[in-house]
Amino acid sequence: MAIAKICGTETEYGLRMLPPGDHNPVSISSLLVSSYVDEVQRQIDWDFEDESPGNDARGFSLESAMAPAVEAHLLNAVLANGSRYYVDHAHPELSTPECTDALELVRYDKAGEAILRRSMDAARRVLHEGASIVVYKNNSDGKGNSYGCHENYLMARSVPFAQIVHHVVPHFVSRQIFTGAGKIGSEARWWDRAEQAPHFQISQRADFFEEIVGLETTLKRPIVNTRDEPHADPQRYRRLHVIVGDANLSEVSTYLKVASTAIVLAMIEDGFFGEMDLTVENPVQAMHDVSADLELAKSFRLVSGRTVTALGIQWELLQLAKKYAAERGLDCVGGEERGSDALARWERTLELLEQDPSSLSRQLDWVAKLELLEAYRDRTGASWQDRRLAMLDLQYHDLRPERSLFARLDMERLTSDEDVDRAVREPPRGTRAWFRGTCLSRWPTQIVSANWDSLVFDVGSDPLRRVPMMDPLKGTADQVGALVAQAATPAELLRLLSE
Amino acid sequence: MMPERELKKRSSASRQDEGDVAASAGAPPEAATAARQGERIKADLDDLLDEIDEVLEDNAEEFIRGYVQKGGE
Repeated sequence: MAIAKICGTETEYGLRMLPPGDHNPVSISSLLVSSYVDEVQRQIDWDFEDESPGNDARGFSLESAMAPAVEAHLLNAVLANGSRYYVDHAHPELSTPECTDALELVRYDKAGEAILRRSMDAARRVLHEGASIVVYKNNSDGKGNSYGCHENYLMARSVPFAQIVHHVVPHFVSRQIFTGAGKIGSEARWWDRAEQAPHFQISQRADFFEEIVGLETTLKRPIVNTRDEPHADPQRYRRLHVIVGDANLSEVSTYLKVASTAIVLAMIEDGFFGEMDLTVENPVQAMHDVSADLELAKSFRLVSGRTVTALGIQWELLQLAKKYAAERGLDCVGGEERGSDALARWERTLELLEQDPSSLSRQLDWVAKLELLEAYRDRTGASWQDRRLAMLDLQYHDLRPERSLFARLDMERLTSDEDVDRAVREPPRGTRAWFRGTCLSRWPTQIVSANWDSLVFDVGSDPLRRVPMMDPLKGTADQVGALVAQAATPAELLRLLSE
Repeated sequence: MMPERELKKRSSASRQDEGDVAASAGAPPEAATAARQGERIKADLDDLLDEIDEVLEDNAEEFIRGYVQKGGE
């Protein structure tokens, strides 16, 4: 049985300082993060001891990969809900805590947006009168610069990496039809003539993918990223770092993106694909074609000689997943109830995409945005090149409540405001994030540093005490809740933990 | 800001009215539900477009030109 598909997202947000001027994006990002941290929470220094983003899953280390020390000086905080909030390159980035299933991750992904929204308010109080920082949850500036929304999934180390690549690429090429956040135009170089480029495409990110497998995340981006940095016991675990996805505002899009991928990965881990081979002949080309095909009709060739559409691949994956659920159960994706709900939602979405994609305009980001743009064009006669259309596109992703177009579209919710508010304050209960977040809440001044896989306590006497958390499944509320409640001080906690 | 908020309230009120009409008509067949939902979504979009000029940034040309990000990741 596959191990629990513990999952999380890391989102880099777009930024704009108003009024416009010659602003340094790193400074703006830092100001945004620090305003929030200062106002809401004491900053905890991040512990870089176990970070090695240059390690390659294929078994070698890239010398030129950025050393963690380079970014160590930048602002970095761990929050009481177990997430990490920091400045990465020139963007504020929020990594959710480790979650046990897709629905829980939707809540924490939305909590991330809420934290960025509160950061905008906090920054406004720090900035001089009339100045503000605006945050966008999107993936591109429309000028060829992209920033990511990455997903992470826990996998057993025993699964050969080549097996993962083999079976997950067809999913990544085709899942865009429900994960896409939509965008006007194209930023790719491969359209021979400008008029060949799509006026609107399904994915924000597809334009930026040029390889099938690789370690890069900032240029020549690969469909499968090989970063091998498990933040856990490397003998047992792998963290699959997924960089192909769009940043979704729609809860349904995020839910389907994570749930479908978790199930596909569980099936890979359990060898459930058997003889089934969906290997795409030219995955990079197919990725671009799927994104540009708003009718979802275009087919591409598989290595087996068959031709399929993106929808066709998704149907085959779903059928396999239903068989998997019946034979192996869904414990690894949050249990039967959660898993079955995800499968039903996946199936209904494929049915509706097949019948009429526009019927999903309250569920999927790209459909909602396309419908809004078309309605605006009908009313005003604006061409696809009209800047007002580009403004609508950008403002779909604007996190300010008074400017967000997404917020005005009455999209289907899977969470409540109370769920999201709780997720801003409290960690998930079913992973080590519970221990991290709870300790940070209880003893903020006695934790000198925190990382995904460790906490360092200052118990008042030398030396500092480091608590390793090498298993993402340990440190849950059920496992250590009583013990943490019983401890009056970190020193007592450490004593109880070692008994 | 004030007029925007009022407009938004009005549009959600009109949604509510339509929901009541659907409820009082009993349980319609699925196709009719879908069609009605489609109409409601269209009406919502119309409401949004009625107020769109107040929501959009003033100088789209300049704003879009100025939205330049460094690559990330």
